[in-house]
Amino acid sequence: MSTRRSAARRAAASQQRAPWLLAPLAAVAVAYVTVPFVALLQRTPWSDLGDLVGRPVVTDALRLSLTTAFTATAIALLIGIPLAWMLARTDVPGRSAVRALVILPMVLPPVVGGAALLFAFGRRGLFGGPVYDATGFLLPFSTWGVVAANTFVAMPFLVLTVESGLRASDPRYEDAAATLGASRWTIFRRVTLPHAAPSIIAGAVLCWARALGEFGATVTFAGNLQGRTQTMPLAVYLALESDRDAAIAISLVLIVVSLAVLLPLRDRWLTI
Amino acid sequence: MLDATIDVRLDRFHLDLSLQAADGEVVALLGPNGAGKTTVLRAIAGLQPLDQGSISLDGITLDDPAGDTFVPTSRRPVGVVFQDYLLFPRLTALDNVAFGLRARGMSKADARARAYGWLDRLGIGEHAHAKPRTLSGGQAQRVALARALATEPRLLLLDEPLAALDASSKLQVRTELRRHLATFVGARLLITHDPVDALVLADRLVILEAGRVTQTGTPAEIAARPRSRYVAELVGINLLHGTAIDEHTVRLDTGAELTVADPVPGADLAIAIRPRAIALHRHRPDGSPRNTWQTTVTDLEADRDRVRVTLDGPVPVTAEVTPAAVADLELASGTPVWASVKATDLTTYQR
Repeated sequence: MSTRRSAARRAAASQQRAPWLLAPLAAVAVAYVTVPFVALLQRTPWSDLGDLVGRPVVTDALRLSLTTAFTATAIALLIGIPLAWMLARTDVPGRSAVRALVILPMVLPPVVGGAALLFAFGRRGLFGGPVYDATGFLLPFSTWGVVAANTFVAMPFLVLTVESGLRASDPRYEDAAATLGASRWTIFRRVTLPHAAPSIIAGAVLCWARALGEFGATVTFAGNLQGRTQTMPLAVYLALESDRDAAIAISLVLIVVSLAVLLPLRDRWLTI
Repeated sequence: MLDATIDVRLDRFHLDLSLQAADGEVVALLGPNGAGKTTVLRAIAGLQPLDQGSISLDGITLDDPAGDTFVPTSRRPVGVVFQDYLLFPRLTALDNVAFGLRARGMSKADARARAYGWLDRLGIGEHAHAKPRTLSGGQAQRVALARALATEPRLLLLDEPLAALDASSKLQVRTELRRHLATFVGARLLITHDPVDALVLADRLVILEAGRVTQTGTPAEIAARPRSRYVAELVGINLLHGTAIDEHTVRLDTGAELTVADPVPGADLAIAIRPRAIALHRHRPDGSPRNTWQTTVTDLEADRDRVRVTLDGPVPVTAEVTPAAVADLELASGTPVWASVKATDLTTYQR
């Protein structure tokens, strides 16, 4: 009984400390996030759901979304981790300018990013033009174009997360490895990367989630071709015009996929 | 043999000192926080390049800005036991020790076998597969020592090896560390702010204050003639050597016997007495002090608000008293006095 009373006292004490205005405002925030999902579920045609989800337009989009989001995340890991390391651990001149440039796609409207990608890699683009003339390869309006748009928009999440993770990890462990005779590459591989693993996983998840939901840059740079560039968000948008039930079904699939990836990782890695 | 002349300028701090350590010698670099001790270690390990001066080990130059020589950390035959040990948290004790051997290209199986041998030598073979966070401070320290020794360095650097331990385990770990250090053939440089660690572990002390060496010498020399206030405060500890004759009695090398409060830890002992713990009397004192003896003042040395009184006789120690006490007792060179110290004020270590 005494423990129950002390628990009640503790609860009372902790409530006393919270300013009273915070609770109702927090409740509004919860409601604001919840209501749209409730509305979506309420409009869901549950009986036709299996049929709707099985349609080629949905399965094509799901397959394309998953492959492009994972590919974009892999590319971001490959080039983003070295960039994060350069930003966190070196004194390269112009570092803050580089960081600002890397963050730019995060704050830029994605449509602008897509347009910029077109000017760079389009048929007459700065870089794409010569490549097209030489090889006939065209990045826009292809599946690789989707990957390019996803990477462009989502990589900053990975870079910033890994950079802050590297900054938080104690560089003296790297010193210790050096005194044991480890080369720079061995230190990076066996000390730096394992120490930054939590931030790398968190950054990869954020990057993947951003890539999965990418719309503006993709539709601008890669278009909306079923089976080639039409990802789930594009399919939802298109279906809203013609077939509301299909749009709802695709949305539900997207929600389930996102939750399936994010929930198991949430407590362990996504503490930010 | 380490021969270092270290000149490093960091913002608003200038480290300028010369330091030697012979093979088999334990040198303690002792100084207050912020004196530059860790910078000395980093310079010798190659983690902090010199601005001027030079560092050589066994005649091989490691750092010489004038001659444009700099051997990177990974190629210096220098082992380091870092403060807090810095064991790699994701690796087992065994793989921590094997790390340096693996980095030198040894196969995993060979490196592990060799690493296990080192852990066994340091008496922690049974913790080989433990992760660092499950080890006690003393165990972690031995893993760190095994890791530093496994690559068979020519010089061993220890940065505050006992600072991470709680007081209760410190005494035992210090004694063990002394034993393990004795088995290493190269030079050893110990960095500490704790005078007792320095006195117990080192053959020679180098006192570093504000980036400069203020005094060097054996523990006995420095304890007898501290040259600065800091040294007097921290190192001016009387250190006597003797042998246990029963659980609470130690016979000094001079033949005198002292009673100690804690059971003595072994045969070959060092006893530390802080100068302030020694009381001086004109006549034989009554009361509880277990250790009372008659002696003669040989020297008086005033140091601001304190006077250090050197005493002759079978218990050669220095007492520290106030100028008023000197006047009351009419102390001068040659004055006969009674000295006393409580058994609880004697700290005993195994040598």
